Amino acid sequence: MTLLSVDNLSKSFGGLMAVNDVTFEVESGSIVGLIGPNGAGKTTVFNLITGNYQPNTGTVLFDGQNLVGLPTHTIVEKGIARTFQTIRLFQNMTVLENVLAGAHCRMRAGCIAAMLRTPSQRREEEEAMRQAMGELEFVGLGKEWQNKAKNLSYGNQRLLEIARALATKPKLIVLDEPAGGMNDQETQELINLIRAIQDRGITVLLIEHDMGLVMRVCSSLVVLEHGAKIASGTPAEIQSNPRVIEAYLGADSE
Amino acid sequence: MEEFFQQLTNGLAVGGIYALIALGYTMVYGVMKLINFAHGDLFTIGAYLGLTLLVSFGLFDKIGPLPAVILLAVMVMILVAIIGAVLERVAYKPLRHSPRLSAVVSALGASIFFQNAIMAIYSPKFLVYPHDILPKAAVNILGLDIPIMRIILFMTSLVLMLALYFFIQKTKIGTAIRAAAIDQGAAKLMGINVDRVIMLVFCIGPALGGAAGLMVGLYYGQINFSMGWMYGLKAFTAAILGGIGNIPGAMVGGLLLGVIEALGAAYISIAWKDAIAFCVLILILIVRPTGLLGERVAEKV
Amino acid sequence: MKSSKILYLVFAAAMATCPFFLNAYWTDVFNNVGLYAILALSLNVILGHCGLFHMGHAAFYAIGAYTAAILNTMYGVPVLWLMPLAGILAGLFAMIVARPIIHLRGDYLLIVTIGIVEIVRIALINNVFDITGGANGIFGISRPSVFGFKISKPDHFFYLIWGFAALTIFLLMRLEHSRFGRALLYIKEDEVAAGGSGINVAHHKLVAFIIGAVWAGMCGTIYAAKMTIIAPESFSFAESVILFTIVILGGSGSIPGVILGSFLLVGLPEVFRGLAEYRMLVFGAAMVLMMIFRNQGLLPPGPKRYDVAARLQAGGAQ
Repeated sequence: MTLLSVDNLSKSFGGLMAVNDVTFEVESGSIVGLIGPNGAGKTTVFNLITGNYQPNTGTVLFDGQNLVGLPTHTIVEKGIARTFQTIRLFQNMTVLENVLAGAHCRMRAGCIAAMLRTPSQRREEEEAMRQAMGELEFVGLGKEWQNKAKNLSYGNQRLLEIARALATKPKLIVLDEPAGGMNDQETQELINLIRAIQDRGITVLLIEHDMGLVMRVCSSLVVLEHGAKIASGTPAEIQSNPRVIEAYLGADSE
Repeated sequence: MEEFFQQLTNGLAVGGIYALIALGYTMVYGVMKLINFAHGDLFTIGAYLGLTLLVSFGLFDKIGPLPAVILLAVMVMILVAIIGAVLERVAYKPLRHSPRLSAVVSALGASIFFQNAIMAIYSPKFLVYPHDILPKAAVNILGLDIPIMRIILFMTSLVLMLALYFFIQKTKIGTAIRAAAIDQGAAKLMGINVDRVIMLVFCIGPALGGAAGLMVGLYYGQINFSMGWMYGLKAFTAAILGGIGNIPGAMVGGLLLGVIEALGAAYISIAWKDAIAFCVLILILIVRPTGLLGERVAEKV
Repeated sequence: MKSSKILYLVFAAAMATCPFFLNAYWTDVFNNVGLYAILALSLNVILGHCGLFHMGHAAFYAIGAYTAAILNTMYGVPVLWLMPLAGILAGLFAMIVARPIIHLRGDYLLIVTIGIVEIVRIALINNVFDITGGANGIFGISRPSVFGFKISKPDHFFYLIWGFAALTIFLLMRLEHSRFGRALLYIKEDEVAAGGSGINVAHHKLVAFIIGAVWAGMCGTIYAAKMTIIAPESFSFAESVILFTIVILGGSGSIPGVILGSFLLVGLPEVFRGLAEYRMLVFGAAMVLMMIFRNQGLLPPGPKRYDVAARLQAGGAQ
């Protein structure tokens, strides 16, 4: 069944049409890749889905509900989590604290419960800790929980962002260039991680420039160029699509 | 109707003062994104230095009122400019790469320091400028008796503002200041010595503020070590009203605020006069934070 | 961690017994320190934890004090009973006033809060609604009494104030180590990332303001009862500056830091009373120097302990 349905999405900044009438679907349980040359509007589409930008026209249907106009934190509560292209971690806070940020929206205790330390608040805290440590183990950062985020390697910082996103218990996770700055081994581990995320029942939508990763891990692809969708289909179909090859002209595709 | 025009001209005169002070805030904020809390105190220093120079040299007796005032203004402006430059070197330069809040606290500390220094050196009491040195006559324009000092005040402010405007728009250094206000990084890459630009901004702004202080001393006759606080805050409101970082904006904002305040005090209530500026401030920030003419603030490098 | 726990216990013991060693003058100084400490701790929630540039805190303090003063002098309600009401009214005021400005950029928020505290002060001086007593303020506020025991001497006030301070510290520490407390820190560190992680930024900022205001309001009641006279000049921008400075110089976001800051900024000038003229001069210079050489404050917040996580690590470690 379709989990996410993006219809006729358009966004312009001043005179520039960054996203032009884009339509695509994401099936529940799948791993979908959004690809295209630089400046194609991929991150803008992500920002439109997650509520960081508001579209000029179009709808974003998630689980049957239109997300357009909702604030970012509500969209997270509804089940979409994201990582950022430029890594937005809480640099001066510890790895554990970063993941706990994701757990926030699934907890209830407010300030009064906190001051009174009610039994349910204490239980909730312990459960959140347990869950956060679990996510850290899942991405392979369990040992680093006390370390400050800024002290992690670039690749590990990306993993931490994923852990934080997973802590929000999403139905759909949106990854913006997760392999950015990773070497071959790290990329392979990332592929395993993405498959493990899928095994948990979470749907994945990702932007990536690493074609090797994209072709191996995605079940379907959507290709953007200059803000418009030029093709969609399975990796095999996309690889032999002349329009796509033309758009990438000279780009590495293995 | 007559009352209206009296208040209008009064508002313009005071507005000119606000504008001169506002220019200091807006230039500094435009280039460094810093609210120079100590700027109001530089205005105060101008008023006090003016008094000291006036009294100790007995200028008015020696060279006559008009040349004396001009000489006084020049001396005050130079002195306050120097103090402004020193302030920048000591309190702000070391914090250029620190979080913004540090510079804010430092500015506050500098303001407290200046105020108390003035109080310690001079006296906590109100000090009085010598009377009878300036014409008290009124001039009849369009059937209204307008005090000549009010006109002189306004014209002086206007002259200084226009001088600054041409400086900023037409000279090479002025362009450098504008460039640094738009994008510090790019300005550096273009070979502009941003350090020098900042130093210059901290000379011109305080100089204008000092001149405003001198004029307030001459016009109102009374000065006090805490006068910079109110004037400063209102001038900052004026800068925001016009669009922070925007030099014509500061001028427009200052004059507009002066007029609003004067008319408000006359027609609404004089007891709430000071609150008017704050209400304008809050309204503008909620309704149109970029100000009337739009803000021009530096991109942090 | 152990050594600091011992330090805190020693401090607590010293504070509990010090009225026996201090004369009335110094007890009163410590009372002032206590009041400022409570106020600074309430501001700490807004400024230190949430990172909101707030220089109008005296306004909340004023609302609390005046609420208590007016209701006490007009209707004879015992002062201590008015504490919750004073807090609630201050909180309501914060809610109304903070709502439209919560999204403003840092320095703009700063200026607006200054505007607010000044408007409140001017309103008080102008005797708004005819109940604030104008520039002279309100006098004749009754002393607090606990179960019939009338609190009037500095010694008595010491225990009332520091007792309330202890309660404040206790509750705010719990708040710090909770989901809510963490949310404030995330917002302070990076608002966009916080929103992207699912935190309702606007809501938390508002609640931070309200909590700070409620506490300041309650503290205002104690102040009114202690002084029996209150006037607008006690709630000026200068007071806000002192509180702001205590939080920043003490160590924003750090409860021990803020308390240390209160002792230094309120107590130290008393030590140097003789040099009265130069106190503020040194104060201003100290602010500049602190920012240049130690801008995280004297006692910045340390790393937090997460016992549950440590246990899990130890349990599941290979």
